[in-house]
Amino acid sequence: MNTFKIGGVHPEPNKLTAGKKIETLALPRQAVFPLSQHIGAPAVPCVQKGDLVKVGTRIAEPGGFMSASIHSSVSGKVAKIDSVIDASGVRKPAIFIDVEGDEWEPSIDRSDKLVLQCNYSREEIIERIKNAGVVGMGGACFPTHVKLSPPKDCTIDTLIINAVECEPYLTADHRLMLEHPDEIIIGIKIILKVLGIERAVVGIEANKPDAIELMISKTTMVSGIEVMPLKMKYPQGGEKQLIEAVTGRQVPPPPALPASVGCVVQNIGTVFAIYEAVMKNKPLIERIVTVTGKSVTNPCNLKVRMGTPVSQLLEYAGGMPEDTGKLISGGPMMGRPLLDASAPVSKGTSGILMIPQSEAARQEERNCIRCAKCVQACPMGLEPYLLATASEQSDWELAEENWIMSCIECGCCQSTCPSRRPLLDWVRLAKNRVGGIIRARNAKK
Amino acid sequence: MAQKLIISTSPHVHCGDTIERNMRWVIIALLPALIASFMYFGVGSLIVTATSVASCLFFEWFITRVFLKKPSTLADGSAIITGILLAFNLPSNLPLYMIVVGALVAIGIGKMAFGGLGNNPFNPALVGRVFLLISFPAKMTSWPVPHQLTAYADAVTGATPMNLIGQIAGGNTAAADQLPALKDLFLGNIGGCLGEVSALALLIGFVILLWRKVITWHIPVTIFATVAVLTGIMWLINPVLYVNPLYHLCSGGLMLGAIFMATDYVTSPMTAKGMVWYGIGIGFLTVVIRYFGSYPEGMSFAILLMNAVTPLINNWCKPKRFGEAVK
Repeated sequence: MNTFKIGGVHPEPNKLTAGKKIETLALPRQAVFPLSQHIGAPAVPCVQKGDLVKVGTRIAEPGGFMSASIHSSVSGKVAKIDSVIDASGVRKPAIFIDVEGDEWEPSIDRSDKLVLQCNYSREEIIERIKNAGVVGMGGACFPTHVKLSPPKDCTIDTLIINAVECEPYLTADHRLMLEHPDEIIIGIKIILKVLGIERAVVGIEANKPDAIELMISKTTMVSGIEVMPLKMKYPQGGEKQLIEAVTGRQVPPPPALPASVGCVVQNIGTVFAIYEAVMKNKPLIERIVTVTGKSVTNPCNLKVRMGTPVSQLLEYAGGMPEDTGKLISGGPMMGRPLLDASAPVSKGTSGILMIPQSEAARQEERNCIRCAKCVQACPMGLEPYLLATASEQSDWELAEENWIMSCIECGCCQSTCPSRRPLLDWVRLAKNRVGGIIRARNAKK
Repeated sequence: MAQKLIISTSPHVHCGDTIERNMRWVIIALLPALIASFMYFGVGSLIVTATSVASCLFFEWFITRVFLKKPSTLADGSAIITGILLAFNLPSNLPLYMIVVGALVAIGIGKMAFGGLGNNPFNPALVGRVFLLISFPAKMTSWPVPHQLTAYADAVTGATPMNLIGQIAGGNTAAADQLPALKDLFLGNIGGCLGEVSALALLIGFVILLWRKVITWHIPVTIFATVAVLTGIMWLINPVLYVNPLYHLCSGGLMLGAIFMATDYVTSPMTAKGMVWYGIGIGFLTVVIRYFGSYPEGMSFAILLMNAVTPLINNWCKPKRFGEAVK
């Protein structure tokens, strides 16, 4: 079985909810939509306080080329345009909507009927994806219409569908494959049409044998779509790691894009969103969220309207356990810590994880004993101990010389360190500084 | 919300590894060699090991608590390892005061003077050992012959395989008759420092270290390979003067050094490529010192010399960066 070559770790999988069907969460009383739920420029509100909106009404327009629309996931009245601390822990401008009833935009096809035939042109498809506000659902939230328009000088030959879900605990993608395989396959065909290519590979880690089997049985009669089981290793869901695992090609260091080695990668959740956007005319207003944790009473996979407060998800799962030390948006390796449960679910919220106090607290930091385990773990071939030291000493040149900008912040180094050093904290700091230095240098040129 | 939540950036989970876990497994991996040593050298091996470990612990405690006024670091287990390794590099009849001096140099100068665990450029046990070798050359280069289980200071000493290999290479080919059988060399039924004699026990320790992922194979295997190749070439050229490479692998401090001393985290390189070069360097220097130096055994010096080169190796040998090949 394939996997990526350099480094990687094997955290406890803890996929507690792998066997739990997706359940639909009730509507919130108020939904909150941060204007920046994607990489790039924040969206610009196109509604005002007091306006009435329906489910699927556009409430904010893209703020630039690299941006995405935002739609209301509820019907009701715009209460205010204010700010909220979102799931990334940052205060952002947001639109607040008080929920009244559940009235949908009539243009949306709400039936469960599968729409097979896609008669739209390439441009029409991209326009529909853009209008639906679809972004990468794996966590990075890269606007999908931009990703589907790779630079003209790159020849794309392979579409890779990321169904790896290598983050421990999370099972949203796994459940989506089991419950909506047909929609996903149509979604893949739509993307192939946009890219004008004929080969797609669905990468799934070996810990999801039911999903692998189902996807294989669904694709045997479909030409051009291959299902590739992958050997379990974190961070296989990292874009570069997945491309290497599937094709053996390595994306050159930043600023090179995956397109430079002929690949476009889309998360399986994004594929489903693309199907709904193109075939059902349904904007990105819902997503699957895994609510989980070792002490959680009812860990579950929920279909949630965007903007629903995290507290409502916790309630459904039986409340936040007494022993909770950390509340995380996303997985345990790359997720963001939440201040409290008031943050709204947004496009990138793949999971809500509660970690018990005993695991959440960092242990006391000790001297580096130079055991080299971080070097062995790093999937980008970096020396985390050296980068962290360079950062501690503000030696930005040393950090840049040693490829710090290649770091994907997967956390392998820090989760391995026997001396419990906060390696990634230091590396993030240095990445930030070095990134600024590089931008300033490029601006001068 | 009543609960106070911890806010810190990802990753939020840890594999559970600690300094203590690694050190504990090194100590466990050293036990087979200690048992073998007791079987061949009796109480002497235990007296020397206990004295060395106790002295190392005392000096580390004394320096951290009394001089530096810092919390004690004894619990990390590294001082115990230094104590065991120092003892393993000593003859089992060494006077107690010399062991204490060796422990003081190992912990005081070799380790704490540089800032304690993680900051020492040289392997502390070897610093202590080489200090003793230079200070007390006579006592440090006469080794008891095995099977004197109750003897300590009064143990009868005799030639070790390393002495004999040197004599043969020097032209005294008659010494070849005194060489022990390979089986005795492998099991440890020979004279030598108390922890280095049994290749079998040390290899069991190697397997334990690999199994618990405490170390990787790179350093020990490249040392073995380099020594085997170099001594093999000399053996092929003149089998009368130069012994079979298996004798080199199983005698002197080679196994002990390659498996437990050269792999010391702090003083060895950080990348796989660096570890390979480091291993080749140690193997090469060991053979050169064994055949051309004035000391019969070169392992300690070879490791210390390569310790000195480790920062340079870390600068030269970078890992293979992701995406580098297609740049």
